[in-house]
Amino acid sequence: MKVRVVTFPGSNCDKDVGTVLASEFGASVDYTWYKDSFTDLPDLVVLPGGFSFGDYLRCGAMAKFSNAMESVVSYAKKGGKVLGVCNGFQILTESGLLPGALLHNRTLKYICKDVDLIPVAENKIAKGLQGNLSIPIAHGEGAYFADSDTLERLEKNGQVVFRYKENPNGSLHDIAGICNEAGNVLGMMPHPERAVNPYTGKMDGKQILEALLKK
Amino acid sequence: MFVAKINVTLKESVLDPQGQTVLRTLHDQGKNSVTDLRVGKYIEMKIDANSQSDAESLAKEICESVLVNQVIETYRLVVEKV
Repeated sequence: MKVRVVTFPGSNCDKDVGTVLASEFGASVDYTWYKDSFTDLPDLVVLPGGFSFGDYLRCGAMAKFSNAMESVVSYAKKGGKVLGVCNGFQILTESGLLPGALLHNRTLKYICKDVDLIPVAENKIAKGLQGNLSIPIAHGEGAYFADSDTLERLEKNGQVVFRYKENPNGSLHDIAGICNEAGNVLGMMPHPERAVNPYTGKMDGKQILEALLKK
Repeated sequence: MFVAKINVTLKESVLDPQGQTVLRTLHDQGKNSVTDLRVGKYIEMKIDANSQSDAESLAKEICESVLVNQVIETYRLVVEKV
């Protein structure tokens, strides 16, 4: 199983997610620097958490112009699976691979804590996930926003993947993660890679990564 | 040489928690005549172009592709000769 993790200046969860995918799932992991392109078709491409380009202008706004993102967009259009976590989710919305945008948390506070996620049964990726999942969040700009037509479309198409049990940041419809219409691009604010190792006291992230790596 | 002056603000339909927090502080100070406050950002760009209209169309293109996320933001653009 091949996984590609894209590293932007300011990414700080690239090695975390790469290490977890290699050690827990036996994946062969390649890291792609944002200036580089790729043309192969790995089983999964990950846009990791962090603060790409210092979050200047808007979170994820600069990253979308990189060579690596051009490759990610073309890979996604061929049906390749993409996971964007936290800053990766912001990059996916900025680059147009997912609809909507991430706003400042309603409280204006940076929030770092475990939250309970409810997998949405109608969604293809979430189908089969068991119970509420306890996964950490760590973000200042994680309030999901989309206009009412887009929200209606997301709900109707079953594109909402996870909702917060208790909304921490003011996300509309309690949205914690969504996928594109085809179901091959997933963006989520919580960090599943931080809930895979028993040393962290949490294992629920493993189910999510497993669901994605499943052929 | 031209200068593009760009004001970016969140759309009216988007909650602006930063603006709301500043407004609340003003109300705490008794300045209740302030009824609304939105916080945005101001961007200035110098553009070397042959004409006002060339500078304006380049500035507009940059606003819409880079500087503004039109899902959540709106902008006002003024281009002046310097």
